[in-house]
Amino acid sequence: MNTLIFRTIAPALVAVMLVFSVFVLLRGHNEPGGGFIGGLIAASAIAIYGMASGVREVRRAFRIDPITLAGFGLLVAGAAGLASFFYGVPYLTGLWSFLQVGEAEIALSTPMVFDIGVYLVVFGTISAIALALEDQDGGED
Amino acid sequence: MVPSIETAVLLTVLAPFLAAILAPALYRVAGGLTGWLLALVPLGICAFYALSLIEVSGLETLPVTIGPAVHANIALNFYLDGLSVTFALLISGIGALVVIYSGQYLKGHEHLGRFYAFLLAFMGAMLGLVLADNMVVLFTFWELTSVTSFLLIGFDHKRQAARRAAIQALVVTGGGGLALLFGFVILNMIMGTWDLSSIRMSSQDLPAQAYPIILTLVLIGAFTKSAQFPFHFWLPNAMEAPTPVSAFLHSATMVQGGVYLLARLSPTLGGTPMWSFWLGLFGGVTLLWGAIAALRQTDLKQMLAQSTVASLGLSVMLIGIGSEIAITAMVAYLVTHALYKAALFLIAGVIDHETGLRDITALGGLRDQMAVSFIAAALAVVAMVGLPPALGFLAKEEIYKAVSWFDLLQLLTLVAGNALLGGLALLILIKPFMGAPLPTPKKPHEGPFGMLLGPVVLALAGIAAGVMVGWLNLAIIGPTVAAITGHSAEPHMGWAINFTSMAFLLSVATWVLAGVVFWRADMLRSLLRRIEARLAWNLDKGFDGALFGLIRLAGRVTRLWHHGRLEIYLFVVFVMLAAALLGPLLAMNGLAIAWPTAGLTFYEWGVVALAVAGVVAVLLARSRLIAVVSLGVQGLAVAMIYLLFGAPDLAFTQLMVEILSVVILALVMTRLNLEKRDTRELEDLFRDGIVALACGVGATLLLLAVLAGTLPTKLADYFTANSVPVAHGHNIVNVILVDFRGLDTLGEIAVVMTAGIAVLALLRRRARPEVEPEPQRPASRQRGRKAA
Repeated sequence: MNTLIFRTIAPALVAVMLVFSVFVLLRGHNEPGGGFIGGLIAASAIAIYGMASGVREVRRAFRIDPITLAGFGLLVAGAAGLASFFYGVPYLTGLWSFLQVGEAEIALSTPMVFDIGVYLVVFGTISAIALALEDQDGGED
Repeated sequence: MVPSIETAVLLTVLAPFLAAILAPALYRVAGGLTGWLLALVPLGICAFYALSLIEVSGLETLPVTIGPAVHANIALNFYLDGLSVTFALLISGIGALVVIYSGQYLKGHEHLGRFYAFLLAFMGAMLGLVLADNMVVLFTFWELTSVTSFLLIGFDHKRQAARRAAIQALVVTGGGGLALLFGFVILNMIMGTWDLSSIRMSSQDLPAQAYPIILTLVLIGAFTKSAQFPFHFWLPNAMEAPTPVSAFLHSATMVQGGVYLLARLSPTLGGTPMWSFWLGLFGGVTLLWGAIAALRQTDLKQMLAQSTVASLGLSVMLIGIGSEIAITAMVAYLVTHALYKAALFLIAGVIDHETGLRDITALGGLRDQMAVSFIAAALAVVAMVGLPPALGFLAKEEIYKAVSWFDLLQLLTLVAGNALLGGLALLILIKPFMGAPLPTPKKPHEGPFGMLLGPVVLALAGIAAGVMVGWLNLAIIGPTVAAITGHSAEPHMGWAINFTSMAFLLSVATWVLAGVVFWRADMLRSLLRRIEARLAWNLDKGFDGALFGLIRLAGRVTRLWHHGRLEIYLFVVFVMLAAALLGPLLAMNGLAIAWPTAGLTFYEWGVVALAVAGVVAVLLARSRLIAVVSLGVQGLAVAMIYLLFGAPDLAFTQLMVEILSVVILALVMTRLNLEKRDTRELEDLFRDGIVALACGVGATLLLLAVLAGTLPTKLADYFTANSVPVAHGHNIVNVILVDFRGLDTLGEIAVVMTAGIAVLALLRRRARPEVEPEPQRPASRQRGRKAA
């Protein structure tokens, strides 16, 4: 499986997939996509990278443990709902603000932050599982 | 004064917590000075409440509402009246002295910073408890005191006895806390408010059916916290905590939480025969039980702990009587008990610290080497025996005035209890300090200044309170009694003693009996110990039995269901799935099943064929790897069906899930060292096939049955109508996930992550085969995602 072609093309593919996953994450509110799908795409990218370059290489490039990323995502998603406390509305109520940048209008919202949290959880968890399984030496260390 | 009373009160509750967070860091910087610096926090709080006494005199109260409301009905409401301020003064005043004392007592302990943190956090929780007006807030702080008490009892966590005592205290008080929560919830459902002040003001009576339930639940809460019989056993065990903790939590403050609650609720729940009966019964039994148990002990701390149990029983009894005199007696007793008991505990700590012993039979003649401690102990004992001029004398007079001759049983209980406590006090003073010096492990010498300050100040305060009783009536007793009884009280304690009154005669009788108890202590002790040895069972052992029984039961249940055989797990899961699918269909056979009538286009047929081909390939596959990939083919076809029928999000997700499933299953297989082929016995094949068919048929029939009816469109309409205007999103599926049903999603991602951590843990275990030779099965199952 680990052919020269695969090994050569994989980094580029991974880069494209990661960018695409962020695109899918951000377009999710109005078109097919969202944090869950985005996270799955990013996780597959990591799985591919792991197969092509070896788990050690991925972990080195990643710097942080993917499961830590997942934990951070859960924190982000949970914290996104806390903003509602300052407005006296129930937990997780969506709050929106629209920024006018020249011609374009940029929507910033707590559901978006929440979705980023979902993305990170899915991405981190699935990547962690895939990497742990790909690690032929068994285990993490 | 301060800018606003609201901010100040909130600050007094928050400041100890802030100090707790900073304490470990401060200890690293300030070292031995830490205790003195940290004591400034409770000292400041104490000063604030001493000043606020002016504002709450008489019936005056200060409701303090602090926003923002966490919930429409649950706000951080505090309430200042005589009762809460008296408690706040005791908590912060004794707290300051205990913090200073701890610095010396645990000098050089590697976790002293942590100890300060726990102690101050407890203080904040306790202040919150007595100041809270809102029942939810009160309950939260109530539980926080249990948790911090757990941490403090188990502070010396390397000793098994300390850990056991900590768990026992937590289980008993935590369990009582749950009962209390139920009681509060019912009270709220009837009265329609969470605020205790509004409930007190309300003219509405509690319905006759609900009253006994609420009363029982509240009493369980209060009795567990205040160590009333039969929940008393945790308190003597809690003496595993360092002595300053025993002085602070387990005599002066936390255990008084239950007494506080009963006092707080007595306008609401009190005044009924049921109230008087139960409080009188349990209080009386606890008083005698604790006093007798104390006599059995020779360890100073144990004697004090058991006598605390007795004193708590006495307080509960007095609240049960409920007359103005009884409440006055209770408040006076509360104050004097907190002062002398904390002082005696601290002195016991000094003796232990400086001699290495706590057993009264092994100590003697310390009065010369430890003169200051001796004087402080003597003053505290004067209060405990109830001799003039201590406040203890006046409190005892009030106690005897509160009981009528008619209730002979109650009267005898009180006299006997007080006499036993008095005898105990004499034992505590005379045995270690008088007589001939006995050899001790350490050469006895006076404790350091920081450790003497607390006992001396507290013991003097107990005398001063008695001497200045006029001021005390006005500033503390009066407002507190008014807060408990609900109408303004005429403070009337004073030194105009009528030497022929019944109360005085009973006092004299108590002293005489106390002397007898002291004189015959050794005989009584050996008698009690013989009885105890005969009994061989007590509540403490019963608690152990219950706890270990629970653990054994849990083990048995776990072994029954968690046997570790994957094929049986899966078999059970899928049989249950089939039953859940087919059962309702068979039971409600009236369900019409609509067979699809519309024809399919040729490409739709193509996709269906692909799915079927995938499933057939799974069945025919020679190797497991081929089967996995074939299953992926089937999943792909399903994803395409979603796409064709207008669910792009679902299709998208399904596609990704299928890809990752194949990848991960293939990876799992490389690690499991399975045989390449799936070789099963014929009957196993038969059995599994039937289950698989049942599941498939069940799912199909269920879907057909669902489609036969008209689907309710209320939700769909709502989401369609509100997705853009309310949630600013055109993709309804995503809007539901991140906005309308955000909380569900939060729960789901938490599950995803937990499952991931479990998988990692399993894989790590497998990395060390010597731990578990049996191959572990990574439970990596991708969670497919159902969108609305």
